Amino acid sequence: MKIDSSLPLEYSTEENRLKIFGFWIFLGAEIMLFATLFAVYFTLHTRTGSGPDGAEIFELTPVLLETFLLLASSFTIGLGVHAMRLGNKKAMMTFFIITLILGLGFLGIEIDEFVTYVHEGATITTSAFLSALMTLLGTHGAHVTFGFFWGVAILIQVARRGLNPQTANKAFIFSLYWHFLDVVWIFIFSFVYLKGLIS
Amino acid sequence: MSMEELFHPLQEPMILAAAISIVVGAVVVVAGLTYFKKWGYFYKNWLSTVDHKKIGIMYIAVALLMLFRGGIDALLMRAQTAVPDNGLLDAQHYNEIFTTHGLIMILFMAMPFVIGLMNIVIPLQIGARDVAFPRLNAVSFWAFAAGCGLLNLSFIIGGSPDAGWTAYFPLASTDFSPTVGNNYYSLALQLSGIGTLLTGVNFITTIFKMRAPGMTLMKMPMFSWSILITNVIIVFAFPVLTVALALMMLDRQFGTKFFAMTDGGMDMLWANLFWVWGHPEVYIVILPAFGIFSEVIATFARKNLYGYKSMVMSMVVISLLSFLVWAHHFYTMGHGVMVNSVFSITTMAIAVPTGVKMFNWLLTMRHGKIQFTTPMLYALGFIPIFTIGGVTGVMLAMASADYQYHNTMFLVAHFHYVLIPGTVFGVLAGYHFWWPKMFGFRLNEKLGKAGFWFIAISFNVTFFPLFILGLDGYARRMYTYSASTGYGPLNMLSFIGALGLAVGFALICYNIYYSWKHMPRNEKADVWDGRSLEWATHSPVPEYNFAIVPNVSRLDEFWFAKKEGRDITAGKIEKIHMPNNTGTPFWTSGFLFLAAFFAVFSLWIPAIISMLVVFGFMALRSFENDHGRYISVEEITETEKSLRGDK
Ligand code: HEM
Ligand SMILES: [Cu+2]
Repeated sequence: MKIDSSLPLEYSTEENRLKIFGFWIFLGAEIMLFATLFAVYFTLHTRTGSGPDGAEIFELTPVLLETFLLLASSFTIGLGVHAMRLGNKKAMMTFFIITLILGLGFLGIEIDEFVTYVHEGATITTSAFLSALMTLLGTHGAHVTFGFFWGVAILIQVARRGLNPQTANKAFIFSLYWHFLDVVWIFIFSFVYLKGLIS
Repeated sequence: MSMEELFHPLQEPMILAAAISIVVGAVVVVAGLTYFKKWGYFYKNWLSTVDHKKIGIMYIAVALLMLFRGGIDALLMRAQTAVPDNGLLDAQHYNEIFTTHGLIMILFMAMPFVIGLMNIVIPLQIGARDVAFPRLNAVSFWAFAAGCGLLNLSFIIGGSPDAGWTAYFPLASTDFSPTVGNNYYSLALQLSGIGTLLTGVNFITTIFKMRAPGMTLMKMPMFSWSILITNVIIVFAFPVLTVALALMMLDRQFGTKFFAMTDGGMDMLWANLFWVWGHPEVYIVILPAFGIFSEVIATFARKNLYGYKSMVMSMVVISLLSFLVWAHHFYTMGHGVMVNSVFSITTMAIAVPTGVKMFNWLLTMRHGKIQFTTPMLYALGFIPIFTIGGVTGVMLAMASADYQYHNTMFLVAHFHYVLIPGTVFGVLAGYHFWWPKMFGFRLNEKLGKAGFWFIAISFNVTFFPLFILGLDGYARRMYTYSASTGYGPLNMLSFIGALGLAVGFALICYNIYYSWKHMPRNEKADVWDGRSLEWATHSPVPEYNFAIVPNVSRLDEFWFAKKEGRDITAGKIEKIHMPNNTGTPFWTSGFLFLAAFFAVFSLWIPAIISMLVVFGFMALRSFENDHGRYISVEEITETEKSLRGDK
């Protein structure tokens, strides 16, 4: 395998460059996926039937906390990738671990939020609005959950095998995925929660 | 659910017969493999292969099988309606059959046929040794195969979907469609859709990043262009289907209210989501056919393609427009005048770039020395028939007039007039054209041409009467009609045509057997005196595709090099890196299949367990340390010699 040492590890082989390019295309598909879910949400968000509307169930504090955790995790994973470029395995792993813990915190609050909704009688079957809301949030949450396990698998590999073109490539692609989830969340925060709270 | 309910479709003799033939077929294959002790061979060379050419062949094999399956559905429908008040099928079975016919023909016949050809040809045509992600390619195939298997299983266990391939709500909701049929729909399409999406990612990367040195995008053969655009459409359109199917499953099996009639649900949302994917899907199966015709026409007219740039441009425009026309599928479902007008105009606009392509093909043939080979016949037949389809399409595009023929046989005739010459003729042309690349021998031309004539003539006999019936008000999806309507004679004519079509397809299948027995082997690599790079390597193609990756400096480099007596595949052989075969994609999809099957019956615990196994396989794959292998210089030299025939 040819290794081009003028490039960062994650780009250093032909195969790695293909994988990063391919992953960008895949993210294009993910954008379409979430765009469709948003479109569904906006079609249905006023169709609350006899159930509650957004203003009645949304609470700002937990959502702000979620936003803070996820934004912070996007920052720490950036630091992790930076450490990786410097070849500092220990710092890289530390930042990745912090990222995953922040992600878990996010998930914890989200689960709590869902439980609260259900206690208030706002379930996924109550109205079209709630079906759309919970599917959108749930899809994002499922992505974060999947990302958590993915991140763990990568950490184990980096711990065992060190930083080499393969592990660096995986870690980098994972960071793209994680940033993407953050971006999607910003949209959810602004157009679902803030907008819902205002109206 | 009682046993009787579970196997309720089997109480119909025709369906029982179909089920038995599927089971017998499976038993014969299994017994044959066991008897000839070929399991090991079969597993090693096919089930676990990551070779794009073999994956392509498997796609085409499934597509042909499904053409047969969908064709039987079609014959049953035409037989049922051949005479008034016929009792061959009851309403429920007719519903199931037109649903599975449409689904199978589009998603499990046309799509895989196209994807099969692209798998075989694209890397060769762009001078690459492989696709970008060979293992992912195997995952794509097996996910698709799992979906295909699941849909066919619906015929035997639990009942097929019955709300049309469009599955409109509320018709497809549990209220109106209480069997598990539409659960099968959502899950089978979901699996195969994921496979298709991954193919999209794979081939965009392959085409962008793995072209032979010197081959800029504007020096790329037209088929490769059409596939690039197709895959971009796939990546944008399929996630919409993924979401739509997930919502459908949630509504049907978890009681959400997306498409419900109460609690704020909105059935029209389904129609919109479905067609936002569904219309581009039509172009996903038709653009590759346009690409194939371009190759075939240029090759057999012995001329370079007229208007290369405008051909590319027109495909790009078609692909953009394809996302802006979806509402023309439901003009009558209550949008305002404004909405209908806008969609009416965008739809008619598609005729312009399509017309450009038509003229380019005609001008390519002008003054050419045309060879009437089988693939060329399909290309020539396509032009007039597709034009009828196109003209009737513009008729349908007029929203106000559509109120007259909406949901009549006129529509059925129209879309068969575009899909059959477009897609089916296209893939059949490609199949005859590239067959020698796959297997090293040609298909018999006499049988091939006989097949073409049967299909082309019977096609018109089958579908032209439907235009007239449609204008006469004969509604679509009607399982029977009374004699007083006067629809009888034309329906009978159409049935006779359908029988002719069956003969044509039988000839195509027989040709495989005949040619395998009788056609000479060791054809030269460049059987048709071709133009693009796939003809520069041997037939059949060695696993590494090209011993020496060709250098390209212009469009149709291979053709010009031939004329100038240059060999673009000369050079020093070096060792080649190849991926190892792996059974993981096969087994992963096996468990995906199980998960989906349990989910159809809402058996969530076993479904979750199967999904966990799937994730387990993914984790295993992540930890695996497999760097592939090298083919040595000696081995390549040996292979090259024996393929060239100088032992
Ligand atoms: C082989 C000859 C074929 C015959 C005789 C045939 C015949 C028919 C008939 C009778 C119907 C249903 C009419 C009704 O609504 O009652 C139908 C529907 C349909 N066909 Fe075909 N067909 C053939 C091939 C194909 C092919 C190759 C494709 C696609 C590539 C296709 C796609 C469809 C679709 C999408 C529907 C609509 C199903 C629905 O209403 O949900 N057909 N066909
Ligand atoms: Cu359309």
